[in-house]
Amino acid sequence: MDRSFETYTAVYEDAEGQISSKRIKRTISMHRSPADVERYFQRYLSEAEARPTAPVLLELANEMDLSPALMARIILDRFLQDVDGGIPSKTVLNSMLKEPSLIPDQILANNIYQCTINDCCYGPLVDCIKHAIGQEHEVLLRDKLKEQNLSFLDENQLRTMGYDKTPDIILEVPVAVEGHIVHWIESKASFGDDHSHRTYLNEQFWSYWNRFGPGLVIYWYGFIGELDCQRDRGILLKDCFPTDIVTLCHATQQERTPEAPKEDKEWKKGIRRVADEKPGKKLNV
Amino acid sequence: MAALLESLMLRKVDINTVLGWLKDSFTEPEFTVQKLEFVPFLLNFLREQSSQVLTNGPATPAKTPSFSDKLAGRSTSSGAGSRSASRVQLFSPAPSVSPGSESEAAGPSGLTVGGQLRHEGGRGDLHSNEAGRWEAGGRRSARGVGGGHTRMGEQVSPPFAGQLNLNNLEDFPPVGSSPISPATSKPSRRINPTPVSGDRPHSKPKTCFTSTPFQKASSPLLETEASDGLMTAGSSMRLKEERELLKREKTKRAQQVASPLLSALDPCTPTKTGARTGSKVTSDMPTSPEPSKVTFSSELDVLVELYCTCISENLVPNIFLELFFVMQLLTSWAHHTHDNEEQKSLCAANTEVLERCYLRQVHNCVYFAVKVLENQFQWVLIAHLDKCTLRLLAENERVACFSPDLRDRLTQAQDRSTAKLSPSASTFIHSVPFQPATDNRSNFFSDKAFHTFKKQRDVFYEVLREWEDLHKEPGWSFDAALGGRIRGIMSQLTSAGNHSHFARLFLKQLVQVCKGPRPSSSSVDAADADLLGMLGADSLGRLKRLEERLIQPHGVVGPCPPPSFPGHQEFFRDFIQTASCCQLNQHLQDSLCQQLLQLDEVSILSPAAPIGDGEEEEEEEDGDMEQQKQRFSSVLLLARLLAKFLGFISFFPYQTSGRPSRDIQETSVALRSKVTSLPVLDVCAVLNNSIRRKRTILTVPWLVEFLSMLDFIGPLLLCYRTTLGSLLLLYRFDSADLSEEMCYLNKLLLVSVLGWLFQIPVIPEDIFLTCEFTAAVREADGVTGSAGLDCIPLVDQRLLYTCCPFLGEFRKLLAAFVSGSTARSGGIIRKITPTSAELKDTPTAMRSQQKLQVDLEQAFFHNQPPSLRRTVEFVAERVGSNAVKHMKATLVRELVERGEKMLRDGLESPNSNASMLNESICARLCEAGLEALAKATKYCDEKSPEAIRVLLPDETTPTVLTTSENITKRLAAEKACGWLSANITGSEIKTPLRSRFDGFTVTELVPFLLHLRRMKINYTYLVAVGPRTDDELPTGSHLRTLIHRVGDTLTCRKVHEYIRQTPVLDLLIFVCMDHTLLLFFNLYLVPDFYI
Repeated sequence: MDRSFETYTAVYEDAEGQISSKRIKRTISMHRSPADVERYFQRYLSEAEARPTAPVLLELANEMDLSPALMARIILDRFLQDVDGGIPSKTVLNSMLKEPSLIPDQILANNIYQCTINDCCYGPLVDCIKHAIGQEHEVLLRDKLKEQNLSFLDENQLRTMGYDKTPDIILEVPVAVEGHIVHWIESKASFGDDHSHRTYLNEQFWSYWNRFGPGLVIYWYGFIGELDCQRDRGILLKDCFPTDIVTLCHATQQERTPEAPKEDKEWKKGIRRVADEKPGKKLNV
Repeated sequence: MAALLESLMLRKVDINTVLGWLKDSFTEPEFTVQKLEFVPFLLNFLREQSSQVLTNGPATPAKTPSFSDKLAGRSTSSGAGSRSASRVQLFSPAPSVSPGSESEAAGPSGLTVGGQLRHEGGRGDLHSNEAGRWEAGGRRSARGVGGGHTRMGEQVSPPFAGQLNLNNLEDFPPVGSSPISPATSKPSRRINPTPVSGDRPHSKPKTCFTSTPFQKASSPLLETEASDGLMTAGSSMRLKEERELLKREKTKRAQQVASPLLSALDPCTPTKTGARTGSKVTSDMPTSPEPSKVTFSSELDVLVELYCTCISENLVPNIFLELFFVMQLLTSWAHHTHDNEEQKSLCAANTEVLERCYLRQVHNCVYFAVKVLENQFQWVLIAHLDKCTLRLLAENERVACFSPDLRDRLTQAQDRSTAKLSPSASTFIHSVPFQPATDNRSNFFSDKAFHTFKKQRDVFYEVLREWEDLHKEPGWSFDAALGGRIRGIMSQLTSAGNHSHFARLFLKQLVQVCKGPRPSSSSVDAADADLLGMLGADSLGRLKRLEERLIQPHGVVGPCPPPSFPGHQEFFRDFIQTASCCQLNQHLQDSLCQQLLQLDEVSILSPAAPIGDGEEEEEEEDGDMEQQKQRFSSVLLLARLLAKFLGFISFFPYQTSGRPSRDIQETSVALRSKVTSLPVLDVCAVLNNSIRRKRTILTVPWLVEFLSMLDFIGPLLLCYRTTLGSLLLLYRFDSADLSEEMCYLNKLLLVSVLGWLFQIPVIPEDIFLTCEFTAAVREADGVTGSAGLDCIPLVDQRLLYTCCPFLGEFRKLLAAFVSGSTARSGGIIRKITPTSAELKDTPTAMRSQQKLQVDLEQAFFHNQPPSLRRTVEFVAERVGSNAVKHMKATLVRELVERGEKMLRDGLESPNSNASMLNESICARLCEAGLEALAKATKYCDEKSPEAIRVLLPDETTPTVLTTSENITKRLAAEKACGWLSANITGSEIKTPLRSRFDGFTVTELVPFLLHLRRMKINYTYLVAVGPRTDDELPTGSHLRTLIHRVGDTLTCRKVHEYIRQTPVLDLLIFVCMDHTLLLFFNLYLVPDFYI
């Protein structure tokens, strides 16, 4: 597990490095006209016929400077239209991409498989890696929380309780990080760039805020510093598990003294600074 | 009335007779003038007199209604007014005056009141028996054209020697007040003054003069009215001349309106007017008032006496308006003019006593104001103003100059002023928590509804956040920016049928954000107040000058601003308006109504203190008081907020931009009273119930908020009319009570919110004229059984100022004076544009750790079910209370016994000095008392977890449980230690005679025992009576003998003397009801108490 994690991370980081160019490709691909699709498909058909064993589709994708996984998707989509005579459902499409053996055409199945495993950005393989990394970090987060003796409810528990929006973690007893109250923690095993952060804010973070109050987002692979501008509003960004956690703590009996002026001290004494031995990887740009 | 006043001034009538007459509730036959006619006349007279000088701040034209035109007529025919005929002549040059004749009578009254009166109609009428007459008069003048206008004309025309110059101008309506004649005369209705605050466009106050910025609306009116009048007056020559004057006046005023700074209005001396027109900042040195330059002081004294009596006898419509007026006089500015003519006219003993310019000069004004303040200092009101106001007043150079004595007393009062600024609850959480119990899928009838609501919640917050960010940007429009999304939510709501869920979210959010005491708007003021506290008036002057350069000084808006929606409330109001979704409104209404009624019923006293337990609880009262106050204040503020919105939603459909014409009014009244369904809230029943149960201190303030949202027709409907009537009675009842110290702030709160309500434009003047309301309030006298909230001093100064922010106007006025006094002395004010060098989030970084812990605690409750919080608070309350009881039963008992012994020993020693003995015993006991704190804390730590464990559900997770336990421990210990330290170790013990330890108080006993010893009574008897154990309880016969002896002692002459010499003596008298029950009474005997 550990080993695989490292390799995946390597793959993934590489992917992150190219993120912007890939995104451009993706957006371009969105706008591919049916004519383009038809052209690719015809070219694939003719080349596959000519060289049945060659990775023609992968070559085609590289030639077109298009993500191989996307190319595979486009071609499969077009192919299925011919077979079924209609637009194929997304689930069918996805399942076939994940499991090429389901594709009725043997040659196409081979080509598709080559495309998916050779794409470091998109496709079922990468999705799988991402998911795994995400899980990995959630586990990491939970471990850290347990280490700190902070009790929490995780996503699954929340779902069974009927919450309509579920962050990764809801703390049963809120803590303060850098002077900001934190009720929930969302773990993001990716780099927080402008675009994705905005999407996350609208779809997730604000929704959490709307329900649970202020919270913390951990972008394990760093984030653009300027994005951390909603702290006062109640969304705090970090790139690692916070080292400076203040918990709600009540002075024990001995510490408590009746006189008011000493109360200040008492509070300060009570603050437990949670030290984190191993700060996470810093990629903060 | 005029005649009466005149004869008073001439000392023809003994002032004391008149004062007695004013004080007496029955009209003595010797004055045929009605008291209620005289008072408005006097008030108007003062306003008129001072109109020239009174240029600072908004007008306080709460001029009382002109009571009937008949009044003048009556007074003229009355025996008292010897000069009656000439009075009439004085005001109306139209010669044929037959006193008492109704048609003619219109003239004089128009003069006395017409021009300047702001007719809060009928507000000054404090007796309902006055009503009929007034109404008659009102109607008469409502004839409009003829009567009203002629009057105006007459007013401008001088009473003597047809000259038209300066003195005539004085007759013009004063700046800022509206020259609307008594009743609704058509022409004046035509022009609506613009309200200052655009907050409430739907109830555009047509006559909200108190809130109208100074002079804004008056000039057009003035012109209309005056020129109308002139037409009828007929003299073309005069007409021309006057028009000229008016024109000049108008331009000048226009300029002043344009200028944001409050600047002195130039005196309108005719010789200078022309030259000065347009010069706003004059280089004239302002006259500083000097006591030596006061003229007419004896007449002024008469006026002061009269005025003060009116105030103290509660004959004025609104004491705050009067106080404001007095402060305005105190801070008035007049530029010194060396105009000979003016001097002459000032000094010349005019033939007409009332024509003299008593308050024309700033010296006289200040003299008058200071005298009134001096006289009214017993008027406890002033002493209850906030510290800053008192300080400003005390440091006001004029007060010091005219009456050092008053200054000293103000300084003293300042120290007594108990303005406590406890930290307000933090408001860092701004969202409504998702509670699975109410918000999960099972609460919706379909998946679709559930998911739609999920989106709606998010859109709602998105809209709210956008509003927070942008609403202050210029040119931003609520509807344009957010309207689309809001209507989107509404249409989705309708399709999914989620209104009730959304209404709940909406209201919870409203409460969450707006419950705190006006966070956004008051911050500046608060900072101001704090600064003042630090700096004092002198440095404040400099600071103010700086501030003036940084920002525009906040305008003084007068003591009766129109209702508004400050801070976030604005968002919710606009949301409701924009959404205009009838289903949502209905749900909101239902929910608001239910919550309000619940709040109204809520028990303020400690939750577990039923009446039977009262005796025991009483001992803890001091500790509980603060808690009760807090609880009360939070309930009250919440109720006020909800009531305002309930009122807004309920009357929203009926809002009109101005007062509808009489025809429309009648139709609407007929239509709306036919509606069979009950109004949203049965205000009458609520009010009556609250009066009966003596809970008006809670109910009335929120009812006032509700009613302040009324539309123009609303008050005419029977149910609201009746309610307003009851409130009016309550108002009079309470303000009459203001002379008593008991629960003073409670009454003050009621009086000020009610006074404010009655000054709101939508409340029609004549509502107070009918005498149909008498029942409810008097009932209160009958039911005196169980003590209601009204008798508990629940209101503190902070709450008062939160509920009535307009009370801060006094401070603003005085502060403006401080800054003005320097700014005026010349020098151009150059604007500084501040730039900020600080990062925005530094304050949060600096947030102290202690606050963070408090915030965390609050945050903890945020996402837990509400029941958890209630449980924790309840347990903490009870455990804390038990800890105190336990301490009292063990440790304190022991201490008392020890104290008693020391006392006995001490007294037996030959040279015992009571007070010294007292001190030393107290000191020793205090030390020992400290131990109690530690013990009480330990007790709380032991007991709290047990209770919490039992009371919370079994499913509670361990962490939540532990946290709850810890919070409970802390709260309970806080409560217990708070009480103990206040009562054992605190300073209270050092004030002898007052603090009670147990059934017996050592300190109480000292003087008493001493005395008894002197009386040769065996005092040990008394000491033994303490209810320690059952064995020690004396038998009935025992006690009877004892009482007998005490009785003997008390009847002894010497005791009386002793009592008289002692300022406060607590006497303990034990009465034996049966063999076991002991009751004791503490009689607080004042020096002049006779048994």
